[in-house]
Amino acid sequence: MSWITKTFTSSIGRKVIVAITGLFLCTFLVVHLVGNLQLFKDDGGAAFNIYSHFMGTNPVIRTLEWVLVLGFGFHIYESYTLAARNRAARKVGYVDSRPSENSPWYSRSMALLGTLILIFLIVHMYNFFYRARFGDLDPDINNNDDLYTLVVTSFKQWWYVLLYVGAQIALCYHLIHGFRSGFQTLGLNHRKYTPIIRVIGYIFAIVVCAGFASMPLYFYFFK
Amino acid sequence: MAGNNPNAKPMNLTLKVWRQRNRNSEGKIVEYQVKDISPEMSFLEMLDVLNEDLLLKGDEPVAFDHDCREGICGSCDLFINGRAHGPEKGTTTCQLHMRKFSDGDTITIEPWRANAFPVNRDLSVDRSAFDRIIQAGGYISVNTGGVPDGNEIPIPKNIADKAFEAATCISCGACVAACKNASAMLFVSAKISQLALLPQGQVERKTRVENMVAQMDKEGFGACTNIGQCAAECPVGISLENIALMNREFISAKATSDNLA
Repeated sequence: MSWITKTFTSSIGRKVIVAITGLFLCTFLVVHLVGNLQLFKDDGGAAFNIYSHFMGTNPVIRTLEWVLVLGFGFHIYESYTLAARNRAARKVGYVDSRPSENSPWYSRSMALLGTLILIFLIVHMYNFFYRARFGDLDPDINNNDDLYTLVVTSFKQWWYVLLYVGAQIALCYHLIHGFRSGFQTLGLNHRKYTPIIRVIGYIFAIVVCAGFASMPLYFYFFK
Repeated sequence: MAGNNPNAKPMNLTLKVWRQRNRNSEGKIVEYQVKDISPEMSFLEMLDVLNEDLLLKGDEPVAFDHDCREGICGSCDLFINGRAHGPEKGTTTCQLHMRKFSDGDTITIEPWRANAFPVNRDLSVDRSAFDRIIQAGGYISVNTGGVPDGNEIPIPKNIADKAFEAATCISCGACVAACKNASAMLFVSAKISQLALLPQGQVERKTRVENMVAQMDKEGFGACTNIGQCAAECPVGISLENIALMNREFISAKATSDNLA
């Protein structure tokens, strides 16, 4: 094995990949959330459809899309590899174990929360991304594909709303641990900044997830 | 063994103890009753009472690791009621006292659990994986010759303090036992920090972290997921800052060392 393979297959090497891709995916969440805020513009979806047309056709975005796919791919693959290794490190477990006395449940459940998010991601990609890119959407008044109507009709179904809001709760807990954990893994721990990163992580997780959850709730209850 | 406190009422307890003949045999939890335990006894003294009872009955005493019984050596290693070193924070098993329990309690006592720490017998585990990690790089090169003068190498107080904090690690393995992933990163990071922070540790700085992390992985410990169970259960309060420092050391060593292997 070369030193490069050795580095990235070591425990810390894999952790570093999870951390870098995780923090990268956080930046994606911000872009995705800000773009989706167009849904709240009361113009029958014209602004949202212009935005989604841009995202689906702009060459820079289409290139970065592959970076995003790689980001997700590495994050998921490395996390599962580490989780499998960690699970295998204790074949005989304890008869009496009380981890709730020394740590929060969501920090211990990152693989489970991640799996829930992955299931949501697959459903979500089929719902909107697949149909926007490969489906046959009707044109809106500007002759853009009318993704807005698809979103609105989807969010009129209670089980969609339940799935989407549930996924955001899982994402929120995943981010509360994941945000600060990413910095720690990269070695960015400092008595001055770590408490600040913790607070920013909480705010980031809650704002982002509440923002995403507000969309299905808004269309289900107020439209 | 009677205490000095006349108000300390003796306790009767039910113990659920892991019994296992040797490394290859199946183990199981066995229940015992112990009577007239003084609240001022240490946890290990309570186990001594159990073992005296067992010997009188002609049973095999329970094997457990212990040495100094002063919280210094890091030999004792019991998982008590679902916690490494028991319910009290910042304490080794030997410094845990029976006043932390109440009359009539049931106490479950298990060995550290990790593939890298195989059970030798009953509650005694083999922690030689830690020794092999230290052998891989937890040392400094020493120049032979005359005894150097005191304070010949200037070290700022705050750095000396950080290195000392890391050096308080007694290698008991509670971090591994408490961690959901059976990760040894708190231990390994403490051993890396105490040397990486000091001028004497600079010669092997890069090879040390590379080799110690490689050995840690080879021993089959899990990888840290930054939960902090280790630091919460550590009897000497080793901080997660050390793991971040180890990660920094590892990344920079991998990027800049001459080691192509």
